[in-house]
Amino acid sequence: MWDYTDKVKEHFLNPRNVGEITDADAVGEVGSLACGDALKLFIKLDEKKERIVDARFQTFGCGSAIASSSALTEMVKGKTLDEALQISNQEIADFLGGLPEEKMHCSVMGQEALEVAIAKYRGVEAPKHGHDHVETEGEIVCKCFGLTDIFLKKVIASNKLHTAEQVTHFTKAGGACGGCIPKIKELIAEVMGEEKKAAPERPTKLTNLKKMQLIQETLENEIRPQLWADGGDLELIDIDGANVQVAFRKACAGCASSGNTAKFVEQKLREMVSPDITVQEVQG
Amino acid sequence: MKEIYLDNNATTRVDERVFEEMRPYFCELYGNPSSMHFFGGQVQKKVDEARSRVAALLGALPDEIVFTACGTESDNAAIRSALEVFPEKRHIITSRVEHPAVLTQCRNLTKRGYRVTELNVDGNGQLDLKELEAALDDDTVIVSLMYANNETGVIFPIEEAAKMVKAKGALFHTDAVQAVGKIPLNMAESAIDLLSLSGHKLHAPKGVGVLYVRRGTPFRPLLVGGHQERGRRAGTENTASIIAMGKACELAHLHMPEEAGRVREMRDRLERELTALIPNTRINGGGTNRLPNTLSIAMEFVEGEGILLLLSEKGICASSGSACTSGSLEPSHVLRAMGVPFTCAHGSIRFSLSRFTTDAEIDAVIRELPPIISRLRQMSPFGREFLNK
Repeated sequence: MWDYTDKVKEHFLNPRNVGEITDADAVGEVGSLACGDALKLFIKLDEKKERIVDARFQTFGCGSAIASSSALTEMVKGKTLDEALQISNQEIADFLGGLPEEKMHCSVMGQEALEVAIAKYRGVEAPKHGHDHVETEGEIVCKCFGLTDIFLKKVIASNKLHTAEQVTHFTKAGGACGGCIPKIKELIAEVMGEEKKAAPERPTKLTNLKKMQLIQETLENEIRPQLWADGGDLELIDIDGANVQVAFRKACAGCASSGNTAKFVEQKLREMVSPDITVQEVQG
Repeated sequence: MKEIYLDNNATTRVDERVFEEMRPYFCELYGNPSSMHFFGGQVQKKVDEARSRVAALLGALPDEIVFTACGTESDNAAIRSALEVFPEKRHIITSRVEHPAVLTQCRNLTKRGYRVTELNVDGNGQLDLKELEAALDDDTVIVSLMYANNETGVIFPIEEAAKMVKAKGALFHTDAVQAVGKIPLNMAESAIDLLSLSGHKLHAPKGVGVLYVRRGTPFRPLLVGGHQERGRRAGTENTASIIAMGKACELAHLHMPEEAGRVREMRDRLERELTALIPNTRINGGGTNRLPNTLSIAMEFVEGEGILLLLSEKGICASSGSACTSGSLEPSHVLRAMGVPFTCAHGSIRFSLSRFTTDAEIDAVIRELPPIISRLRQMSPFGREFLNK
């Protein structure tokens, strides 16, 4: 049984805003019967056509798909279209107190339906999504669910995904025949590589705040992905001046060579942030 | 909330008589059956009795019964043994609708140079024996076909298949985990070489299984390192569970007429009433021979997980062929192999009954399910299109 939060269960059992709006200003539809979930979102604007006054949905899908749709309609009410567009799939999940990782694609579907609805209202070309099941920009990677490399790279980058399994949970890609999993791994590597290139050059003089930010970014983008590759992980516990305290997790925790790992982290931080950094392993 | 348990193909309640039978073998009669002393010896006698009871249910001989830890182990042991016995043969035949215990193993073997033929099934989930005949060749080492399907209850023509396979000189294995205890089997008049069963599907506890190995069938053990089970499965016997398994088989034998009678009648009534009350349904495997306890019903335009969660709110426990309830995202491989359309493969629910099921429980499902389906169809964009028609 899925470990749904009480909020997910509550929104599934008593979904808000189910149904149609006959005179809707915008309608967004994503998904299909074949892929196992689909969402039709209706939006009604105020007289000035600025703010969303009503939102309703129809959903075919599992418990978390219905709960995500319900959450989305609650979240957009009262917002301008531009504000609504800022809602990320993570915020939909957060609204529900979190979703099991395997169900994150439900929140992605909600955010997509919203984008489609608003684009259609504005008369611009609707962004193409994997859930639409049509050939779109880029090359189809997952044939079972019709997902393109451009779509997958966007989801990988925006949710900082680092394993093929996570990509499946967020997009369904690779969840059926599994034939595209090697390609998904390549895409992850590509996205990580691009992020590396995009990382800013080390500034010459750092304020304390800037230094802390840079330490965090380096840990997120440079160090943790390398630990993940070996099944390990770390958590930043504290930064005291130039002393960085970390706790090792997963395979790194209690690993005989964690001393070497700490050295690697220190070396990397010295290289990317500041040469006076020391790394200390703490229990936490 | 008292549960209404209609998921007996997943696991069953341990019969209290079974539990009473095994209870002394933890804290009191804990001896090792292999020991020379009287204390182990008395346990050995009970293990022997259990072996005879299992054999009686299968129409087999006691020395053809090997106790294992689960149905999955039995399946693995059967196929691995065949490959070791005939290392020169490199072809395996199975079906697309097997339990993963068989299917995953076969698919993994393709990476080790084996050729694997997966037989198709028709819209009712039934095999075409002509396809089996055409697939058999001199290179075929083992054919593994399930006796009855866990999702649909469809019963394969296993005896005919076994005869066909024997005539070609290959070994025949059947995963009979869902069949044993529900329909009569008689190994004395069968061509089956190897047969797997599992305790927790027939009111014994989890963690015990059996592999039937016909006398004279060459066999190599999966687990080595002890003389137990006459060298065919090393490891100290799970005495309490083995004794429970024996009792469960004795009771299954006793209750067999009830399966074909009262259980089947309840299943048929459930099927009849649900199809009458819920429009746009189909019965998976409805057009062929099925287990008496299983109903797999596909309902269009709804998704299984939502149905299960809403049933669960009413205390009703069932399972689904939906992707969203399992780790994988594709609807059940069984329903896909049967060509069940996507419109209803996602909305398939399995009710599986047992001898503990009551008429009142069946009434509860007939009362609760139709409003759940109509509620979810109201909510579904496709359901509404269908309702507006």
